[in-house]
Amino acid sequence: MDDLYRELIIDRYKNPQFRGQLDPADITFEDDNPYCGDHIRVDVRLDENNVVTEARYSGEGCSISQASADLLIEYIHGKTLDEVKALTKEDVLDLLGIQLGPVRLKCALLSLKVLKAGAYGLGEATDDLVE
Amino acid sequence: MLDVEKIRRDFPVLNREVRPGVPLVYLDSTATSQKPRQVLEAMDNFYRASNANIHRGIHTLAEEATASYESARRRIAAFINAAHAHEIIFTRNTTESINLVAYSWGRANLQAGDVIVLTEMEHHSNLVPWQILAAERDLRLEFIPVTEEGLLDLEAYHRLLDLRPKLVAFTQMSNVLGTINPAAEIIAAAHQVGAVTLVDGAQSVPHIPVDVQALGADFLAFSGHKMLGPSGIGVLYGRTELLEAMPPFLGGGDMIKRVELRSFTTNALPYKFEAGTPAIAEAIGLGAAVDYLSAVGMQAIEQYEREMIAYVLERLEEIPGVRVFGPAAEHKGAVASFTMPEAHAHDISQVLDELGVAVRAGHHCAMPLHTKFGIPATARASFYLYNTRQEVDRLVEGIYRVKHIFG
Ligand SMILES: Cc1ncc(COP(=O)(O)O)c(C=O)c1O
Repeated sequence: MDDLYRELIIDRYKNPQFRGQLDPADITFEDDNPYCGDHIRVDVRLDENNVVTEARYSGEGCSISQASADLLIEYIHGKTLDEVKALTKEDVLDLLGIQLGPVRLKCALLSLKVLKAGAYGLGEATDDLVE
Repeated sequence: MLDVEKIRRDFPVLNREVRPGVPLVYLDSTATSQKPRQVLEAMDNFYRASNANIHRGIHTLAEEATASYESARRRIAAFINAAHAHEIIFTRNTTESINLVAYSWGRANLQAGDVIVLTEMEHHSNLVPWQILAAERDLRLEFIPVTEEGLLDLEAYHRLLDLRPKLVAFTQMSNVLGTINPAAEIIAAAHQVGAVTLVDGAQSVPHIPVDVQALGADFLAFSGHKMLGPSGIGVLYGRTELLEAMPPFLGGGDMIKRVELRSFTTNALPYKFEAGTPAIAEAIGLGAAVDYLSAVGMQAIEQYEREMIAYVLERLEEIPGVRVFGPAAEHKGAVASFTMPEAHAHDISQVLDELGVAVRAGHHCAMPLHTKFGIPATARASFYLYNTRQEVDRLVEGIYRVKHIFG
């Protein structure tokens, strides 16, 4: 547990740095995790070269879902849209620095799923985006 | 009085450690109960000694299998005081039982504009089948409101009865709030306006004495796995007259009397509703489960859980910030769904799991109820005849640990 609830995760959960919404934004997408009701929305602004200049997330959920969103949104600043599209499950787990069981994995990956669905301009966030 | 130490020795899983040195504290019986060795042995004996298909052979094993299966049905009928064993239809679970009524009784009896009364505290399994039917048949769904305290608003119910509903379907015990609803009163009022009643007994049948004749229930649905039995077996109780008049649900073997290439005639009750090879070992396991519950005594179990929930609420209410949903102890079964300001239900459950304490986190298949209370999720601790006060104390220690980590 002291592993799972690393200081980093608790800290980002209690003191998030990238919470909020952007209006206008170039990409806005939101979705739920139907198993537990976690909800995440992401807003992203891009410059003329499709580089992320600003991003924020909002929503509610457990410490893992919120901390991973905060870390992920921080990470994509300065990345290109293509780099965002290429992000994987491993990138998020590296950011969190922990191993997760299957249920909590869904919590951790919700923000990536939402972000990638938005980046690809899809109508729906599907699990194969984060497999 | 109930001898908990003796009872615990019957449940092999309760001896296990979740991790080395961390014994299991199982507080998730509302999701599914643990199984005593008597149930495991009944199923094991069936497979070892007399496994055969039922109603289809005249060899010794087939006769033994049929006799065991039908004996289970009779004991389950006695357990809920059904007038006849043929009023017990074996299904997979509560969900299938309710769907059976929606498809068979519902399609034969409901027309555009008819009203169905449900409640705001229903499990999805007593909502979605009616939503499907309502969309198909253009029915109107109405809901008995849940008060802030977690009780049904019975005055509002009486007003809804002015709409002359055809069906009133409600849970006898909420799996989130623990509320025990006044089923006999709800049924009697429904009958006064000519409505048929369906009782979701998934939580009540395992935890309190249920007598279908005293209640006057038309249909009662429940699941074996929540009452010490195996998964894969459930029951639909229906009054003979209603079952007789209903068209079959699934078609196939066993549910027929005669089949020709283009037609069939249906079998008698209960077989009319049991198409195909049923869950034979599981039905026998459920028979052993009701024997176990009857030997302990449903009244003793109810009493034990009543004292347990009073203690649980007392301990939880002393923890700052913990909010328990549902009514006071005298109106509820042994279920405590709660939130904490510091931590999400998932995190509560995760920290508790590290201490061996198993609770569920989420919306517990009752999203509309959670929406009503304005919360996405709760952590839920639920108790059964094998839980102890020491386990409640472990839960409370775990909650303080959550406060320590997230506080
Ligand atoms: C009140 C209630 N109704 C229905 C169900 C559905 O039971 P099953 O999943 O066994 O069909 C449950 C189980 O969670 C329940 O608690």
